[in-house]
Amino acid sequence: MTQMTGARMVVEALKEQGVDTVFGYPGGAVLPIYDEIFQQNEIRHILVRHEQGAVHAAEGYARSTGKPGVVLVTSGPGATNAVTGLTDALMDSIPIVCLTGQVPTFMIGSDAFQEADTVGITRPCTKMNWLVKETDTLSGTIHEAFHIATSGRPGPVLIDIPKDVQFATGAYSNKPKVSKSHYQPRVKGDPEIITALVEAMETAERPIFYTGGGVINSGPAANQLLRELVEATGFPITSTLMGLGSYPANGDKWLGMLGMHGLYEANLAMHGCDLMINIGARFDDRITGRIADFSPNSRKAHIDIDPSSINKVIHADFPIVGDVGHVLEDLLRIWKSRGRKTNSAAVKQWWAQIEEWKKTRCLDYKPSEATIKPQYALERLEALTKNHDRYICTEVGQHQMWAAQFLGFNDPNRWMTSGGLGTMGYGTPASIGVQIAHPGALVINVAGEASWLMNMQEMGTAVQYRLPVKQFILNNERLGMVRQWQELLHGERYSHSWSEALPDFVKLAEAFGAKGIMVSDPKDLDDAIMEMLNYDGPVIFDCLVEKHENCFPMIPSGKAHNEMLLGEAETQGAIQAGGAVLV
Amino acid sequence: MSPLNIEQGSSSHSAYDLRSHMSDVVEVHTLAILVENEPGVLARVIGLFSGRGYNIESLTVAEVDHTGRRSRITIVTSGTPQVIHQIKMQLERMVPVHEVADLTVEGPHVSRELALIKVFAKGESRVESLRIAEIFRANVVDSTLESFIFEMTGTPEKIDAFADLMRPLGEVRMARTGVAAMARGL
Repeated sequence: MTQMTGARMVVEALKEQGVDTVFGYPGGAVLPIYDEIFQQNEIRHILVRHEQGAVHAAEGYARSTGKPGVVLVTSGPGATNAVTGLTDALMDSIPIVCLTGQVPTFMIGSDAFQEADTVGITRPCTKMNWLVKETDTLSGTIHEAFHIATSGRPGPVLIDIPKDVQFATGAYSNKPKVSKSHYQPRVKGDPEIITALVEAMETAERPIFYTGGGVINSGPAANQLLRELVEATGFPITSTLMGLGSYPANGDKWLGMLGMHGLYEANLAMHGCDLMINIGARFDDRITGRIADFSPNSRKAHIDIDPSSINKVIHADFPIVGDVGHVLEDLLRIWKSRGRKTNSAAVKQWWAQIEEWKKTRCLDYKPSEATIKPQYALERLEALTKNHDRYICTEVGQHQMWAAQFLGFNDPNRWMTSGGLGTMGYGTPASIGVQIAHPGALVINVAGEASWLMNMQEMGTAVQYRLPVKQFILNNERLGMVRQWQELLHGERYSHSWSEALPDFVKLAEAFGAKGIMVSDPKDLDDAIMEMLNYDGPVIFDCLVEKHENCFPMIPSGKAHNEMLLGEAETQGAIQAGGAVLV
Repeated sequence: MSPLNIEQGSSSHSAYDLRSHMSDVVEVHTLAILVENEPGVLARVIGLFSGRGYNIESLTVAEVDHTGRRSRITIVTSGTPQVIHQIKMQLERMVPVHEVADLTVEGPHVSRELALIKVFAKGESRVESLRIAEIFRANVVDSTLESFIFEMTGTPEKIDAFADLMRPLGEVRMARTGVAAMARGL
């Protein structure tokens, strides 16, 4: 075993794990590691402007590549600033390895400068965390951390490294060829239950696939198998926000996103189906609406690598614990070996019903020649960028839902959004992480002005590393989703849901050294978008949109899938007291 | 949990778990959790219970395998069958957790708790406390002229019953370990 300092070990272990990029911010307790980073060229360090940005950038990197994202921050405030990002990654199952500096072991517990109980604070927001007290165990812990972050249901892990452990010399252990960790989640599904599901698929009259982020996390093979399964069976497919792109939006079995702001046909198909096949989704409350009335007449299959997801919210008739890729492979093989049967006559009728629902044209909106409708802005963005090698990030709010509705994703790993935690300020740093991983691609952050301001300091990072990220801000001078809920739920009392002192985004862009574009007239929109696309550098695109547009369709809180609101006319008294207490 | 169409009834001691999933009857279960004995593991388990709003009625923990560095945490918890199932699943997916056994579901088991009970009593009450202690097979481990400390092991109910009988005789103070439990047989 080679002897080296703890700081050196960190760099060596990261290299051995195949890490090429670290997002971080230096400080007193990580200086030895930064000194090692300075003396090598294999790992690129991206200096962010705030530790929350480091984690979101690493999430963008991870979600767009399938590789774990790595974060390096200092003790105390460095670690506490990372907490939101770690929680976000935990909720959305993103593999992150976060390294934090800590005060030296002999000062722990003394309220030292920049000391915080990092493992205590981050215990609930990581999949696993460690405080390393001996240099000899450091490299082994880092290898174990990568194993845990990336296997089973992925998630963030954190290693807290006191400064004296970084300086001290110890024995480096190499990455084990086969993980010796006792943490080895089951990937193969139970063949009996898979066979039972195949039998149900053969006779189902109104089947539907309901897929989620688990398909994307499972990897490219799982996405291929899903496409093969959908095409071979001819069953309709809908997806959660996190799962967009695993089945192509231009595929003819695609119903669009489901859920609170999902498409009418997708939600009604979920409500009316007789066999629901949940693949890597978790029956989130944005999806189910009122539990008691969730898809009342269906048998439900649930494929999930996390056993605790199954039967957590919705009872599964076919509970299948396993990796989506492995389970789909077995499912397809068994279905084929039994003669590729479906109840095609009934499924054809089912499709006829779905086509009826599609005629509602639930995404239609009232066009305007005077103001840019946010939906129109996204339609034009889609039209002008869909043939690019394109990655989309979002912030959180109305713009996020419109982006999910109006932009089409034909491939996985192209859509980075904060689903579970709903973190405003996610998109800007995430777009930076994506652009770092895909230097030649078009990376757009669809944002609202309020969310965007939450991590706008990261424009400095974009300019420093010459990252041509496009910040596409739908500016309604409102916290649009909050405003929408206040209109529907709180008697149009718009308590603190607008900003009176927004910056001039064009000047702001110039102050950062980026390009600013402002557009307010629908006639100028296409030219402005083209100007944004043609500029080789970061752009802040300030798109002034209709201020009071609401996002529809909408399943109000506490309602079922078949109680959707489709437009303004239906909103009066739509949400009752029972729904108002929900979020 | 099963795709078989077995009618669901309510039997927590059947070989099959046939309890209704959506029943709102609150049950008390004893969970035996084998964990890696590493710093913070207890905080992790307790954090799960507080963070997700589960109940802890009793908790004991100690290292049970010194060479393998394993600890056994015994938790008595209460909840609907769905919540109990969820607690077990949430525990099982924690990285330092090796094994979770729901002793209440898995069959007959032995539950024992140790208690130290100090009784302040004089005169006839003092004699009576000794008589009751004999019936409950509690040992005297400390004595002054005005007090005894009794040591007893048994089910939590037995300890409760003993303490209830002591209270009319004098002031009672108590320290309890919480339940340790183990499945019967092999």
